[in-house]
Amino acid sequence: MSKLPPPPGCNVALTERVLVRFLREETQRIGMTHAVLGLSGGIDSALVVELAVRALGAENVLAVAMPYRESHPDSLRLAQDSAAHAQVQLEVADITPMADGYLANNPDLQDTSLAAVRLRRGNIFSRLRMTTLYDRSAQNHALVFGTSNKTELMLGYGTQHGDMASGINPIGDLYKSQVVALSRHLGVPSAIIERPPSADLWAGQTDEDELGFAYDAIDALLFRLIDRRQSRDSLLAEGFAANFIDSISERVRINQYKRLPPLIAKVAARTVNLDYRYARDWGT
Amino acid sequence: MDCRVALCQMRPQLGVIDSNLKAHHAWLDQSIAAGAQLAVFPELSLTGYFLRDLTQEIAMRLDDPRILELIARSHVCSIVFGLVEESSDHRFYNSVVFAEDGKILQVHRKVHLPDYGIFEEGRYFAAGKHFLPVESKLGRFGLLICEDAWHMSSSWIHFLNGVDALLVPVASPARGIDTDEPEMSSQKSWRTLADAQALFFQTWVLRCNRVGFEDGTMFWGGSSVTSPFGATVAEAHAEEEDLLVYHLTSEPLKRARIQTPLLRDAKPELVRVHLARLLEDPDALRVCEP
Repeated sequence: MSKLPPPPGCNVALTERVLVRFLREETQRIGMTHAVLGLSGGIDSALVVELAVRALGAENVLAVAMPYRESHPDSLRLAQDSAAHAQVQLEVADITPMADGYLANNPDLQDTSLAAVRLRRGNIFSRLRMTTLYDRSAQNHALVFGTSNKTELMLGYGTQHGDMASGINPIGDLYKSQVVALSRHLGVPSAIIERPPSADLWAGQTDEDELGFAYDAIDALLFRLIDRRQSRDSLLAEGFAANFIDSISERVRINQYKRLPPLIAKVAARTVNLDYRYARDWGT
Repeated sequence: MDCRVALCQMRPQLGVIDSNLKAHHAWLDQSIAAGAQLAVFPELSLTGYFLRDLTQEIAMRLDDPRILELIARSHVCSIVFGLVEESSDHRFYNSVVFAEDGKILQVHRKVHLPDYGIFEEGRYFAAGKHFLPVESKLGRFGLLICEDAWHMSSSWIHFLNGVDALLVPVASPARGIDTDEPEMSSQKSWRTLADAQALFFQTWVLRCNRVGFEDGTMFWGGSSVTSPFGATVAEAHAEEEDLLVYHLTSEPLKRARIQTPLLRDAKPELVRVHLARLLEDPDALRVCEP
């Protein structure tokens, strides 16, 4: 895979305009004026907070950093940099007491040398952060803005009911490489842009190590596979390795459940989302 | 033809007819104040676009008092507006009404219903069957609703009918930001399409798009007027509500048709022979059959 085609481009000025309008209109049409989002110190949430202040005004955006005692100290520091750059209020809500309370009652979650334990702990942290954000949402009558990008959504690289949960998500149709381009355009601090992407769910974790491939390569492939609907043969001809195409394609398939609401057993004439079909923006 | 046309680039609310009706009256007031004799609204302007199961619930008969109230205002300014039309036999159409002097001059039912990608009109609507010219006191118009315009045959029929202007109410979603082009790919395609139609069919092309979001999808506006020479001569703001008023005259039509007399030299009888042959020969029809 030495000479792979490039990841998708991004018209950053146009994308900024669309996403800012999206956040403003989809928030205000349901009678809300405020947003809340988690700031992790990573690029995705740093981008969303920039978009949020442009859409709603900095005074209407509450950012929440939610460190755990094992989180990398850089994460909180960069979240603070991001909040300062966007000029939003940052609340630091330490999830350690909540998380440790749960972990103490589940001794099988102690041995972090086991990958399965690390994954379970990571999911727990992610869902405790979601719990915090949704409580802040109710407290402040603020809509939760999502920060999952398209690469993560396609790969299922996120926690259901955790970081994947939100009211509306401005960047869910942008691949990671497009998130980087738009973040540069909006002046996200360079230390955040250059930091290797990580869910920071355990020490030393990076996305690319965990996924097994570089984001640029994944995005180049996903863009052709998903957006352009290219065939496997044409991808091979463009220089993508067969095992890369197949493993990413399979990953996209097995994670389809994460991108949809739960299945409902159909027994009635009209069933939610199957043949009872209304837009969410119905009546607004 | 000598008339001032207003393209009302509005943002309908999804399934809220009363509010959209009020908006139509307000846009009409503005159009009249700007001296317009014809006001054109986007596709499904009274209802919003991604209606799904609302389609049948918000459909209206053409004798609905709410419609009649709007039509009554066409004494001052002719109106083209969009709705879900319920026929007497309970079929539902994606229609536009051309109203003038307090009467309906014509109802165009969308012929080409997109049912792919984010579109699912084939699931909800019955398809129209005609492209008929509107004989208005302001000129002769051809109505096309959005996808109708992507089939060149639709515009060609209007061309043969000798229309002065194509009126194209649309609900075009924005998509395609993955290049460095200054506009979305959907925007670029529509511009190319309008320019080409105007050029091939030597007619004014007036496209009225809506704005606003529905379930995350943005309608990009950018309503436009294209001259019979195939040049975009006026354009509304992208992405925002806007009123675009333009003065249409016969003079450019005449010049274009003198310079290159495409209508004079059109050979519809030749097309008829070829079409008849195609329709009779099963092999030639393979493209249309599995």
